[in-house]
Parts: sequence; C-alpha cells; structure tokens
Amino acid sequence: MGAGFVAVYARDLRLAMRQRIEALLPIVFFVVAVSLFPLGVGPEPAMLRQIAPGIVWVCALLAAMMSVTNLYAADYADGSLEQMLLSGHSGVVIVAAKACAHWTVTGLPLVLSAPLFGLLFDMNVTALGVLTISLLLGTPMLSLLGSVGAALTLGLRSAGVLIVLLVLPLSIPALIFGTGAVAAVESGLSPTGHYSILGALLIFTILTAPAAAAAALRISLE
Amino acid sequence: MALSIRLFTFAAPSRFYWLSGLLAPWLWAAAVVLSVIGLYIGFFVAPTDATQGDAYRIIFIHVPAAWMSMVLYLVMAGWAGVGWAFKARLASMVARAIAPTGAMFTFIALWTGAFWGKPTWGAWWVWDARLTSELILLFLYLGYIALVEAIDDVRRADNAGALLALVGAVNVPIIYFSVKWWNTLHQGASISMTSAPTMAKTMLLAMLLMTFAFWAYAFAVVFVRTRAIILEREQHAEWVAKLLNRGAHA
Repeated sequence: MGAGFVAVYARDLRLAMRQRIEALLPIVFFVVAVSLFPLGVGPEPAMLRQIAPGIVWVCALLAAMMSVTNLYAADYADGSLEQMLLSGHSGVVIVAAKACAHWTVTGLPLVLSAPLFGLLFDMNVTALGVLTISLLLGTPMLSLLGSVGAALTLGLRSAGVLIVLLVLPLSIPALIFGTGAVAAVESGLSPTGHYSILGALLIFTILTAPAAAAAALRISLE
Repeated sequence: MALSIRLFTFAAPSRFYWLSGLLAPWLWAAAVVLSVIGLYIGFFVAPTDATQGDAYRIIFIHVPAAWMSMVLYLVMAGWAGVGWAFKARLASMVARAIAPTGAMFTFIALWTGAFWGKPTWGAWWVWDARLTSELILLFLYLGYIALVEAIDDVRRADNAGALLALVGAVNVPIIYFSVKWWNTLHQGASISMTSAPTMAKTMLLAMLLMTFAFWAYAFAVVFVRTRAIILEREQHAEWVAKLLNRGAHA
C-alpha cells in the first residue's frame, strides 16, 4: 500500500517537474486574480486589510478548481489511469497519492506565497501567520474535494465549469473557518477554535474523499 | 415470501408506468383542490398579523416550499443511492425526475423569501444562515442536474449523480452549521424568524393544507416525468412498442 502511494506520488511530481510552466499556471492565476481586487474595490488600506483574507481564500479556491481539472485528464487520455486501477493497488491509495501530489504542486506554493499577498493588502504579522496556517489546513481539503469532482467529470466536454459547480458548495465550510480564523485574531480572539474545526474537517475529508473519488473513478471508467 | 414479491412489483418500469398513470390524475386533482382551499384560508380567513400586517401571508407558500426543497433533496439522494447500490433502474429514474422539482421548490422558497423580506426586514436579501444554506442547496441541485445532463451514457450518469447526491447529503448538515456559525460571527439580521409569536390555528391549518398540496404536486409531477423517462429509456422494449402502436391505432 505504501509503495503504491509513493510510486504514484513520485511519478506525478516528476511529470509536473517536466512541465514546469504548466504546473506554475495556477499560481500565476492566483497572483493575477488577487491583484485585480484592489483595482476593482479601490486602494483604501483599511478596507483592503479587512477583505484580504477573504480575497486570498477565494482566489486559492478558484486556483485549486482550475488546476484540479487536469488531475486525471492526461492519465485518462493515454490509458495509464485504467492500468493503475488494474494494477492491484487499491483505487483509494492511487487517488490519495494523486491528490497529495496535486496539493504539493499547487496547494503548497499557494500557502507559501499567501503571506506575500497579505503584505500587499497591509495585513499585520499576526494575521499573516494565521492566514498561512488556515490555508495550510484548508488547501489539502480543496485538493481532495477537487479530486472527487475531477473523477466524476472525467472525460466530459464541460468538465472545467462542472467541477466548479460541483465542488465549490462543498468547500464552503473550509472557506468560512479559514477566513474566520483571521477575523477572530483581528478582533482579539484566539484562532485555535477555528484551527480545531479546520483540522476536524480535514480529517473527515481525508477519511471520506479518497474513497468517494475512487468510487467515482470506477463509475466513470465502467 | 409472497409479501416480498409484492413489495417490488412496481420496481418494474412497465408496472410502475401503469400505476403512476393511474394515480397521476388523482394527485393533480388533490394538488389543485388542496391549494385552492389552503390559499383561500391563508389569504382570506387567517387573521392579519399584528406586527407584519398582510405581508406575512406569503408564509403559506414560502414555508411549505422550503420544507419540500429539503425533503426532496434527501428523497432524491436516497433513491439515487438505491439505484446505484442495487442496480435498480427505476430508482435512478425517479431520482432524476425529482431533481428539477426540488430545484424549483428551492427557487420558490428563495423568491418568496425575498418578497417577504422586503416589507418586513427592509431588504430583498440578508446573509442569514437559513437563506444562505437554502441558496447553497440550490447550487447542490443545479450541480446534480448539470452533472447528469452532461454525461451521455445513462448508467454512468445515474451512478455519478448518485455519488454526488450522497456526498451532498452528507455535507448538508456540515454546511448548515458552518453557515450558522459564520452568521453569528458576522452579526447578521437582527430580526429572526424564530422569534415570531405562536401561530393561530387557522394559519397552521392553511400551512398544513399547502404542504399537502405541494406533496401531491411533487408526486404528480415526479410521476409524469418518470413516465417520460421510462418511455425514453425503454423505447426498444416490447411493451413500449405495443403501447405506442395502440396509441397510433386508437
């Protein structure tokens, strides 16, 4: 089980490294989308500081949805996905490894670059730290939920937009508690409650989403 | 044994087609009669509310529609799950027939809520926990409908829809409580619907009648839609050919 996980994970990372620009596109999308907001709502620092966590979180959500469309697409097109599922390794493990690789390639850079964007929005250091931790707990959930959506819409013409419609409603709790942690710390409260709930949601998602995505893959490949 | 055979008799699309055709006119009639009586009591007999005036009367459509929107999602997810787990074709067809009706009731609940909110709260929309989760429920319905319509293969569409509906059903309570907590954090609407005074008996009667009317309507329209889906999917079956030939000769 462990060997299968590591093999798929390493393979996906290697594939991503061979197409570096493509792997960076979600981050570029994130950067451009975040930068549009001050231009749209105006440059007042007080307002920007207030809406910054929400903007960073929503853009991270959208960036994850954009990139997750391609999670299985290439492997499905050349038949390697079917071979993986026939290999005798559990579908759950393969799905988990692919979601994990997706997070390493797109989620982790988002988490690491989030403080930079917080600075653009004039957030203070404490709030920046909380925002980063909330993203660290929340973005794996986006990759996992996204993998369910990607498995359901495998090979469909309008997969990209469909994933957004299917997955965004499910990721609302992550968004609420992720931005809530920053709001709590800014109004002088402790963010630990929000961390706990985000952590609980993450554990629940880790336990259920790979199984759901594996079942969805089986339905799509039937 | 005899009982267990009878229980699943109407799981055969041909027999269900016959039974639903028999029941549908009665259900339509019940829906019309009950809503006429319910609306008459609601709009003319029930007393005017002391604080909200006559604006509250939309409650007789709003609340039953909201109830139906939530129940129908669970019923849809249940039938879709049965269809997926036991490969029961009819259950999957019923699930797909329920989705548009559920989405419509969700939309009606939101729309009448806006009409009710304007005179009482002074705003068409507030980001109240209930309104927000009802909106998210509409998104879940739309996601289900969009997914099953996007997949051309019938079996894959049914099963993928079932998985999505079940994932949605598991997430509905999580989403509801998240939104509720988010709302208290952000200090939403100061007027809450739960603080309304206890209801007069006539109001309750009108609301119950409207609820039954909506149930009858939901059954009728789901039956009719399921019949259409059956004809479409079983068009190569012998009994459908016979049925259509008889229609052509008559």
